[in-house]
Amino acid sequence: MIDVDISGQLGSFQINAAFQNSGGVSALFGPSGSGKTSLVRMICGLDTPSAGTIRLGDATVFDSARSINLPTHKRRLGVVFQEPRLFPQMNVEANLRFSRWAHREHSSQKFSDVLELLGISHLLSRSPRDLSGGEKQRVAIGRALLSDPAVLIMDEPLSSLDGARKAEILPYLGRLKSETKLPILYVSHSLSEIEQLADHLVLLQQGRTVASGPLTKMLSAHDLLPEEGASGEGSLLVGTVSGFDEEWSLTSVDVEGQTLLLPDLKVTKDARLRLHINARDVVIAKERPLDISLRNAFQVRIANIRQISDANVIVTCVLGEQSLKARLTRHAVHALGLSAGQQVWAMVKSAALPKEFAV
Amino acid sequence: MSDFLTPAEWEALRLSLKIASLALAISLPPALLLGYVLARYRFWGHSALNALAHLPLVLPPVVTGYVLLILFGKQGALGMFFEQYLGITFAFRWTGAALAAGVMAFPLILRPIRLAFEAVDSKLEEAARTLGTSPLKTFFLVSIPLAAPGILSGAVLGFAKALGEFGATITFVANIPGQTRSLSLALYTEMQSIDGEQAVTRLVIISIVVAVTALLASEFLARYVAARVRGQYD
Repeated sequence: MIDVDISGQLGSFQINAAFQNSGGVSALFGPSGSGKTSLVRMICGLDTPSAGTIRLGDATVFDSARSINLPTHKRRLGVVFQEPRLFPQMNVEANLRFSRWAHREHSSQKFSDVLELLGISHLLSRSPRDLSGGEKQRVAIGRALLSDPAVLIMDEPLSSLDGARKAEILPYLGRLKSETKLPILYVSHSLSEIEQLADHLVLLQQGRTVASGPLTKMLSAHDLLPEEGASGEGSLLVGTVSGFDEEWSLTSVDVEGQTLLLPDLKVTKDARLRLHINARDVVIAKERPLDISLRNAFQVRIANIRQISDANVIVTCVLGEQSLKARLTRHAVHALGLSAGQQVWAMVKSAALPKEFAV
Repeated sequence: MSDFLTPAEWEALRLSLKIASLALAISLPPALLLGYVLARYRFWGHSALNALAHLPLVLPPVVTGYVLLILFGKQGALGMFFEQYLGITFAFRWTGAALAAGVMAFPLILRPIRLAFEAVDSKLEEAARTLGTSPLKTFFLVSIPLAAPGILSGAVLGFAKALGEFGATITFVANIPGQTRSLSLALYTEMQSIDGEQAVTRLVIISIVVAVTALLASEFLARYVAARVRGQYD
């Protein structure tokens, strides 16, 4: 587990953080300059908080009241930094096996499992300088996993990569998540990465953890804006696969008791899916239209309407525990007479749905 | 080789190499330690320590030799300590010549090493510590290999300086054949004698050959080491 409750000063910056993770992926989310990296450095023992406790796995690594402050090399951490930080004078295999110098042994079975998981078996004798950015970061992840960590900390591991490289690594992270039992702290300012990977979300603002909780709840309770250049504001729906229609090649997904149809996707029944739905792909209707090609219609309640520009608004709708955002023109809201509390239909074009990711 | 050299020349050459090797062995470890400390840590007295380490470079060599004589001579506090407890005598011995050469070479060894450590990305050292290696192991596994080109050039510079050291050596341990008479001191002796012109020429040529050989060898080694550190080792 990861249990952090610390305060500290770094330069003129005050950190005040408290959160727990007893398994799964906790995302630490905050804008640039919110203190994410400072917090990570304190957890890793690279900087010292002024007060509080840090527990990693079953060890207390920092406790100001009991004067405990384990140095970095005695904390059982696996850290993946923004940059791969591979040792240039060693080949990939020597990098992966580096922790043996610290007597952190791993079985040959684990070694080959990690190579297989990350798809890096063919790189062993290569020099880090001959690897692509994505390959380097995969080796860095493998090196951290092989150091026998009690927790895995990933500090914006994709932020130094371009879009294509990110897309190359994300599936590996998904597999890592489902195959490892390690609690993972995933630091990011990218909402789309978090939506794909995290189970819990910790919100960090100006050095303070302002809220934390299960991902979907947090996403519906807070208006988190995506980073610039992303596909735009949207919402995350989590559902369970309820069936597959062979004739029309449609997968049905149960979301809060209502059904969403997805084209083509073939996944096992009862698999959990998470779907990012762009606000601009959502249409609102007061009555359910019948002669229309749109198949996916949810009965929802309008929670609030927020103006984002002179012409546009974001309508946040609630379905069960989750929320769905629609981007409409102010004119449409006026013409339909939409207001908070109303029951309406929210519709999503199946073809507009993105690639999905298993939870 | 002894076919080409007179016994005296051969002795001076062997002595020079021996003195320079010991001088390097004496000053390299403290230079590594101090170079790392100066590169990585900021503390009270940082500049003073740096200045002190560079003193032999700016002081007249005779002064350095004299200070060594006071400290490490037969009557010197440190000299008596080494003689009594460790059985090491510096005064008028080749070990003393090595000590003088090592002290004179120290700033020249220190500077490239310090610059090399400053250029080592401390993020890599941090990464090693998160992988479980203690600061000391990290120093040997990451910092030293990455600073190797700078360490090598410091060592070469220091070796060359020690090979040719004259002023501090002759002040501290005098000019004793077979004990402290290195190439430079032999050259100086021959220049004092009336008919030493031919001997001087021979010694100058020997000195040049030794220097050029050392330079070429270090250049070759430096390229190899630099390539390794960059990760080119195919």
